[in-house]
Amino acid sequence: MRPLRRFFARLLNTAARQTDEERMRDEIEEHLALQTAENIRLGMSPTEARRQAVLKFGAVEAIKEEYRSERRMLFIENLVQDVRYGLRTLRKSPGFTLIAILTIALGIGATTAIFSVVDATLLHPLPFPEPEQLVRIQDDLAGLDARDVGMSEPEWQDFQHSGIFDYVSPAWYDDNNLTGSSLPVRVSLVSVAPNYFTLLGVKPELGRTFPPSDHSPGFTEEAVISDGLWKRIFGADPNILGKRFRLDTDLYQIVGVMPAGFHDPGPTSRERNIEVWAATSFYGAPLVDHPPRSGRNLPTALARIKSGLTIGAAQNRVDALVASLQKQFPGDYPTEAGWRIRLVPLKESVVGNVRQSLILLLAAVGLVLLIGCVNIANLLLARASARGREMAIRQSLGAGQARLTQQLLTESLLLSLLGGAAGLAALFAMKDFLLRLVPENLPRLNEISISWGLLGFALGASLLAGTIFGLAPVLHARRLDLVHMLKQETRGSTSSRQQARTRRVLVITEFALSLVLMIAACLLLRSFWDLLNVRLGFKPESVMTIKTRMPYPNDPKVDTYPTASQQSPFFREVLHRCKALRGVEETAFGDLGALPLGHDRNNQTPPVPMVLEGRPSNEAPLVDESIVSPGYFHLMGMTLLRGRLFNDSDTDKTDLVAVINEAMAQTYWPNQNALGKQVKLSRRATAWTTIVGIVANARTESLENARVPQIYSSLYQRGAKHLAIFLRGHVDTATIPEEVRAVVQSIDPTLPVFGAQTLTETVSASLAQRRFSMQIVALFALTALLLAALGIYGVISYIVSERTHEIGIRLALGAQNTNIMQLVLRQGLGLAIAGAGVGLIGALIVSHLMTGLLYGVAPTDPVTFAGVAVLLLGVAMLACYIPARRAMRIDPLLALRYE
Amino acid sequence: MKPKAEVQQGTLALMVLKTLDVLGPVHGYGIARRIEQISGDLLAVNQGTLYPVLLKLEQEGAIASEWGTSENNRRARFYRLTRAGRKQLRTETQDWEQTSAIVARFFAVKAEELL
Repeated sequence: MRPLRRFFARLLNTAARQTDEERMRDEIEEHLALQTAENIRLGMSPTEARRQAVLKFGAVEAIKEEYRSERRMLFIENLVQDVRYGLRTLRKSPGFTLIAILTIALGIGATTAIFSVVDATLLHPLPFPEPEQLVRIQDDLAGLDARDVGMSEPEWQDFQHSGIFDYVSPAWYDDNNLTGSSLPVRVSLVSVAPNYFTLLGVKPELGRTFPPSDHSPGFTEEAVISDGLWKRIFGADPNILGKRFRLDTDLYQIVGVMPAGFHDPGPTSRERNIEVWAATSFYGAPLVDHPPRSGRNLPTALARIKSGLTIGAAQNRVDALVASLQKQFPGDYPTEAGWRIRLVPLKESVVGNVRQSLILLLAAVGLVLLIGCVNIANLLLARASARGREMAIRQSLGAGQARLTQQLLTESLLLSLLGGAAGLAALFAMKDFLLRLVPENLPRLNEISISWGLLGFALGASLLAGTIFGLAPVLHARRLDLVHMLKQETRGSTSSRQQARTRRVLVITEFALSLVLMIAACLLLRSFWDLLNVRLGFKPESVMTIKTRMPYPNDPKVDTYPTASQQSPFFREVLHRCKALRGVEETAFGDLGALPLGHDRNNQTPPVPMVLEGRPSNEAPLVDESIVSPGYFHLMGMTLLRGRLFNDSDTDKTDLVAVINEAMAQTYWPNQNALGKQVKLSRRATAWTTIVGIVANARTESLENARVPQIYSSLYQRGAKHLAIFLRGHVDTATIPEEVRAVVQSIDPTLPVFGAQTLTETVSASLAQRRFSMQIVALFALTALLLAALGIYGVISYIVSERTHEIGIRLALGAQNTNIMQLVLRQGLGLAIAGAGVGLIGALIVSHLMTGLLYGVAPTDPVTFAGVAVLLLGVAMLACYIPARRAMRIDPLLALRYE
Repeated sequence: MKPKAEVQQGTLALMVLKTLDVLGPVHGYGIARRIEQISGDLLAVNQGTLYPVLLKLEQEGAIASEWGTSENNRRARFYRLTRAGRKQLRTETQDWEQTSAIVARFFAVKAEELL
């Protein structure tokens, strides 16, 4: 209590500028008078009595000082004084101030912007209670090199009863056709166990979620909807609870609406935008009753680990469970398959694939900030030498080192805080614009916000930056030689050898840092360029894709499209009518697997292990299957190498046929003729499918990898419900979606038509994240280069002006202009080469760390390294050329009189 | 060679409080004299250090001060103990006595008694 009271008393006095000098003086005077009187009584002469009294009192000035510092907070007073003085100094040199503040504003603004993304995605826990207990369960078949293959219903039951987890819920992401509103629409739906929301620990905004212990077979016919769907389709109807709507022709009752901030923690952006949650026990109609363990029909599962159990401990117990299950069911789990279960922290499964890119961006922007600091340190040093005399005078008048340091640091912190504030202001102003630059599929995009934490980060970064560049003048001031400094008559430069060296080191640092950034940017740029220019193996130009979807009713009896023979008339009719649309030259159908790039693998059931003729029976190859209509290959521009493509007579009445790509032929039947080989498209299939054709590899699965095995089956034989309509021709992209909708809904008015996109857009969108990080890093690298060029320009100009006298003598003695030019350039080049040398080492380390982000270019690519180094040296030469020309033009007569 | 006047601030503060407790309202010089009388020449050379301590105690609320007239009819600042100061004096006296008793006992123990 007492210290607090004292603190406030002092604070109050400080604020009120309460000095009470008079009271202090009076008290001391009274004290001395009393003591003097006493001394006189003791027999001293009045003069001696006064003298003794003063002696006894002690050092009056020191005591006054102590008294004052007790009375008020001197630190604060000094600070106010320094800030005022600092502002005045900054106002006196507006050019310097503006450049410094802009540099810091850029650095702090950009760093804070990137940090806000990192903060929202990587640092913040997921918005669920005890988020560290939440995991995604992933099944791997390590022996087959297959990851995340999904689990089967019996495995789920095993996990439920293992005692490791509080709750386990499979999650089956899917689309559904919502009918009953004006137009049929497609909604994103996830089928989960009734315990799903209890598992996550979230409550609905309206109504309720599913009863967590419901184990009745099949679907519960109850649905929880998202806030977005509630507003989009139901106009935010407050009486929504109990309303019914049809999903894939099944009747569901809405029991709850989730809050606006709730997003499903799915691994891809599509799966995070779930609009309907439906509960099922994953057995009983329409699902297969207790399917075999190897029938991995549940794509993924979420679980909450029992509290008190760490992920590591849970993983150990899961490993033991897996081992015992493998022993118990050797037929379902062949050892070659290498079945493993991984518990992935849920947050990791949401943000894991952007971690590396984001860290790269943060590091890049941090480097830019650092280079900015080095630049300002350089400028401050130049100023410090001009202010040398001021500092020397202050010191000789009794300013202590600490006091001087406080003043100098106050000045630099003032700069950095002003810069930081400007950066933040710019960030606020451009917030919406910047957010639009962020790729939409960035996880947790909606959680990016300006929070107190972010402001704290900006403040911390500003203070740190200010301290970093403020140290340079402080160290400089400490080494001042007072006598020497004060003796100097002129106001001119007073730089020491020491200081010149510091400035060179700073420029070298700048160059090294810029080189690292430039090389990182160039490697990313080359990866991106290579990806843009890969031989796709298909022709995306003037192809339009539009999706539609047939329902999967829970009751198979009401399914109007159960098999290929019921679906085919629809397919043929749509293709026929679309062909008549204006501009359309070719038409084809495919399932979503046939849609190149950017389709989610979890979209449907994961690829099922096949049985291949001539391969060991325990091998269970997972090959991506696409189901396509005969016109698909020609429309896509894919080349037939051997055999034949599908034709209209391959129907479910004829023998099953398949086309494979070259990669599959070479992987499974190396040095054999794959034509005529037979496969079973799943382990449960009874009929054999014959391979009738081989097409050239195309990068339809991923741009990075040309050799993904693919198998194509005929749409009229296999049938498909998740469909894409392919149109080639010169169509009007603005009107064609509506025209196709009209065509489809004139045949079946219950089917939704959505997701129109040109294939060129699809290819481009698949590069969105790469493009984003490449552009940002390139922008940062250019900024860094500019700052480094400014830095070297400043130092060389400075050196030239320092050596004006010397250059004058050289010219007077007959040196040629070119000699002078060389003299200056050599100095600049020396700095740049030293910087590039250090930078190359740094770049080697950094480029190895970012190997995962590169494509088609080695992390040590000599062309990039050499090219960037040469570019950097070129820029350095250019920056030195201006002062060099100035040096060349020096008039010897003037220069000799200079100083 | 320890200067005698290097009195710890805390000790000085306690002496001030006790002096005010005994004498009632008194001015700075009076306090200094009293401390000097009792402690010998503890404050012989640095009487002035008393004033920052007085200010500190006042800002902490242990004492209060007001202008008055001194013996020789001059304006002087008189200090008096507040209620908080009296409480503080009580607890600090207890603490001090406890500490000094322990230290005294410690010094009183002879080596053989420990065996």
